[in-house]
Amino acid sequence: MSDDQTVIEARGLYKIFGSRVAEAREMVDAGHSRAEILKKTGATTAVVNSSFRIAKRETFVIMGLSGSGKSTLLRLLNRLIEPTYGEILIDGEDISQLGPSALREIRRRKYSMVFQNFGLLPHRDVTENVGFGLEIHNVDESTRRKKSLEAIQVVGLEGYENSPVQSLSGGMQQRVGLARALATDPEILLMDEAFSALDPLIRTQMQDELIELQSRLHKTVVFITHDLDEALKLGDRIVIMKDGIIDQIDTPEGILTNPATEYVATFVENVDRSKVLTAGSVMHRTPALATHKDGPHQAVRTMQHEDLSSLFVVNQNREYVGLVRIDDAIAESKKGGRSLDPILQRDVPTVALSTSLRDMIPLAGSTALPIPVLKEDGVLAGIVTRAALLSALSKESGET
Amino acid sequence: MISIPIGEWFDALINWLKDTFPAFFGAVGTVIDWCISLFETVLSWPHPWVMILVFTGLAWAACGLKKYGLALFSLVGFSLIMGMGLWSHTMHTLALVLASTLLALLIGIPVGIYAGRSEMGERIVRPILDFMQTMPAFVYLIPAVMLFSLGKVPGAIATVIFAMPPCVRLTTLGLRQVPHDVLEASDAFGATPLQQLVKVQLPMALPSILAGVNQTIMLALSMVVIAAMIGAGGLGGQVLRGITQLRIDIGFEGGIAIVILAMYLDRVTHALGSRSARKQ
Repeated sequence: MSDDQTVIEARGLYKIFGSRVAEAREMVDAGHSRAEILKKTGATTAVVNSSFRIAKRETFVIMGLSGSGKSTLLRLLNRLIEPTYGEILIDGEDISQLGPSALREIRRRKYSMVFQNFGLLPHRDVTENVGFGLEIHNVDESTRRKKSLEAIQVVGLEGYENSPVQSLSGGMQQRVGLARALATDPEILLMDEAFSALDPLIRTQMQDELIELQSRLHKTVVFITHDLDEALKLGDRIVIMKDGIIDQIDTPEGILTNPATEYVATFVENVDRSKVLTAGSVMHRTPALATHKDGPHQAVRTMQHEDLSSLFVVNQNREYVGLVRIDDAIAESKKGGRSLDPILQRDVPTVALSTSLRDMIPLAGSTALPIPVLKEDGVLAGIVTRAALLSALSKESGET
Repeated sequence: MISIPIGEWFDALINWLKDTFPAFFGAVGTVIDWCISLFETVLSWPHPWVMILVFTGLAWAACGLKKYGLALFSLVGFSLIMGMGLWSHTMHTLALVLASTLLALLIGIPVGIYAGRSEMGERIVRPILDFMQTMPAFVYLIPAVMLFSLGKVPGAIATVIFAMPPCVRLTTLGLRQVPHDVLEASDAFGATPLQQLVKVQLPMALPSILAGVNQTIMLALSMVVIAAMIGAGGLGGQVLRGITQLRIDIGFEGGIAIVILAMYLDRVTHALGSRSARKQ
């Protein structure tokens, strides 16, 4: 992530509502609680000293319960809410001091936003709603229409171009909202609880579609949610906020395996780890291996040395070839065979780095052998033993 | 006991205004007079039957072709007015109502927009509206006469003051009812304040604004009768004559004509309003 280009950088952002902000800031920096500060100064510390960098093409999820300041933090990024302290840099340019017209220009060029309650214009049909952003940007009628229809196709709303938006279901309306955001071809998509108002089935569907869209369009997405499962599913990285303070910024796996605070830990306790943890995260990266040119004798020695009953075999490019068992190798060695080829088992099931543990459980049940994990190019990345799989899953029961 | 002669001060203020800005009030009076005369000419010039057909056609167009009830009512109602011999009085009243309404909307809608978009604006405008709405309507007539003398012009001025508040209030209400996230969306896309007003707020407030227009027309009509007391003429003049001469027949006929006109104007503007609401 660090070598990628930073698109958004927040430096020490604060948002304090109320009049005695300086006092409130001192108190919050000294570690006083929100309730204490409110009582003493009458000010609400919505966002406290938030700093982070969001890389190009990253899906950055800000997660927190209501009142955690997540929506405020999102609005600080395009200054729908003015930060009390701190800076926001977009592509290295500080936008926190821009005047109204320069700020509008930045919003037009860089940002789009999707809202929880859609924020559509009820007096317009689908195409006119989708073209709203372009209209604001003074794009001419025919270009506007063309781009709107493209965006409508991207979100799968063909056939509804002229429907009044009020007649559509919630899921469809949010597609309109998404199409409106995509039509202006922004660099950054801000999504404020975009799927929270939808019912669970539609919601899952929209999440899948967002992931699919993102794999094609590669936007920088900042996504707000109060739902940890959604955060874990969508996020490349996740911010967990509580009372305006960032508790942890990490990858989904980092959050699960290594919660930074008590709060995060209680949060992740009930998550189904088997859905989130992947083969890549629990695998043993440096297993003992036989290369293709090793003979049975060498393989037996390695297995005896490492106390193993089987050994994975790779070729000279470390590409996975198959597996040999110790009894076969001993027999072949006694016969005087010089190659592993006759005893090589090639039908052992393999998994990819991104395969979830949940999907590996049936495999682990059907074989006592470790499961090889392959990279996309066929190179062996590591192996997952049953013991590793079980110990990763057992943390689920709360023994973190 | 202390005495606060606020009435005297107001009297002095009006006199001072009259003496200090005679040219201003003269010009305003001329413009309003011209405006009323224009409406009168347009409405009175064609033959009554032509106008009745025009009114009927407008009603039909406003309601949609499948609903001819209002059109039928217009045809019968306006024929009755003509039959009672009140055609020219009715057209004079209608001209005064239309001119006053036009003026009230020209002032009221922008003021309503201002109050709808700014907290400060609403704080300033609201007490003024309360004053305008609760002050008995007759009280407007006196300063209006002092500044513009007798006739249609002070009548129109008093009518504008009396009829404007609902238009302002409903415009403000309409603008404030626009959901916050829609405004936020337009801000997030980089809309200028003018774009936000024209593309988001006004279209979404339109049903409410049209309800305000309807109310303004109805209030203007009721005030126009009162304005007859300072010589505005028209149907109000007929009613006034009925009262002063104790002629039930004249008063009743004038009253009927006003009711027909009021129902016609109300139903037509209402139909236009609900049509725009249905579009949303």
